[in-house]
Amino acid sequence: MKIVFPFFAVIALVLLAFAGVKVANLQFLFGVIIPYVAAATFIIGFVIRVLKWGRSPVPFSIPTTAGQQKSLPWIKQNKLDNPSGTMGVIGRMALEVLFFRSLFRNTKTELHEGPRLAYGSEKFLWLAGLAFHWSFLIIFVRHFRFFMGQVPAAIQMIEGVDSFFQIGAPLLYMTDVVLLAAVSYLIFRRLAMPLIKYISLPADYFPLFLIFGLGASGVIMRYFAKVHIVGVKQLVMGLISFSPVIPEGIGVVFYIHLFLLSILLIYFPMSKLMHMGGVFLSPTRNMPNNSREVRHINPWNYPVHVHTYEEYENDFRDKMKKAGLPVEKE
Amino acid sequence: MYNGGKIIVGLVVFIALFAFPFYYNIGKAMEKPEPKTDTPAILQWEKEHGKKECVESKEFMRSEHMQLLNDWRDSVVRNGDRIYTNAAGKQFTMSLQNTCMNCHSNKKEFCDKCHNYMAVKPYCWGCHIQPKENKS
Repeated sequence: MKIVFPFFAVIALVLLAFAGVKVANLQFLFGVIIPYVAAATFIIGFVIRVLKWGRSPVPFSIPTTAGQQKSLPWIKQNKLDNPSGTMGVIGRMALEVLFFRSLFRNTKTELHEGPRLAYGSEKFLWLAGLAFHWSFLIIFVRHFRFFMGQVPAAIQMIEGVDSFFQIGAPLLYMTDVVLLAAVSYLIFRRLAMPLIKYISLPADYFPLFLIFGLGASGVIMRYFAKVHIVGVKQLVMGLISFSPVIPEGIGVVFYIHLFLLSILLIYFPMSKLMHMGGVFLSPTRNMPNNSREVRHINPWNYPVHVHTYEEYENDFRDKMKKAGLPVEKE
Repeated sequence: MYNGGKIIVGLVVFIALFAFPFYYNIGKAMEKPEPKTDTPAILQWEKEHGKKECVESKEFMRSEHMQLLNDWRDSVVRNGDRIYTNAAGKQFTMSLQNTCMNCHSNKKEFCDKCHNYMAVKPYCWGCHIQPKENKS
């Protein structure tokens, strides 16, 4: 059920877009209204979610300390794994965001006969995750040829590198293959490993199936059931200049692709996909380990009245003098 | 809000990036590309046959011409087969320069129109000689 429901949900979305365009002729709904709603939901939802996180207090200084902390001058500090200043935090965060450094340290636990417990390195999740995210980023950037009147040389260069092998016509993009392969692995991983399967929820499968559908529909309309691509750009340019047009004869695969993208954008702010913004707000990564230099004030702290020694002395000065105890003030 | 300054700077950067296409194109009107099919050879064909037609239907050519050209290249260069039979059973010589460009002699007004609009750079002219056109 945990797998079947999200799987058929994505199938249903595809069929919905297909029927909506092919049977009911709702091109304007699927080509204009839903994309606008999706873009607005994405951006507003994203901002609300981040602001909500920003209002959550961080009670303690909890950076992960994965190396030697700043200490005496003759002890070498591990500046990236145990940063004590802003530059170190930026370095650690950049490595985390760009190369998933903490996932690289992923380990697996195995119970062998004996019984004997073994720990080992597990790099495939890191590798597939990195391949997936980087291909997705390159594909996203490449799509800007549909969003810009004059396509900048930088984007054309990325496209040129991506289609470097000049396979077929239109040229095969390497990232298309890598993305689908990586997403397939990420799905397969959840299904094949019993421990991972046990903890996987519909919210884990749904984005994977959705992104696979998105990628697959893109691949289909580029290489197989080709669409009227000039019409697609006209539609997109119409959307971003707020004068929407629906050119004739674009092809239904494009509307399926656009609908899956819209669903992804709507789903994004209310799902685990928000790790895109959340990674920057992880206290274990974005705090410097400087708790001995700077006192971290817990925002929850109730203003406790502290009875200082001065006040104590004021209360008992006479009695203290009588007993012959030394006092600070006479 | 805690660390409000940094979070708001982050959000502003995020919105600026996301909204980039919306403000990038302001004031840069981009008209729809209209590839021109009015060369003398095409007009002559229209006079003789009563209509403009390519080797396949317009819709097919619009979405599949790159595939067709790729297949033609493979057929001619690798198999030495220069005869193409279209959906209607009519035969043509597979040749970019002698068949395609015979009618579509206006590369700048035909090929380049959509290719530039979509930022597509076909590598046809890496091997073939680009037609010399009089700048009109």
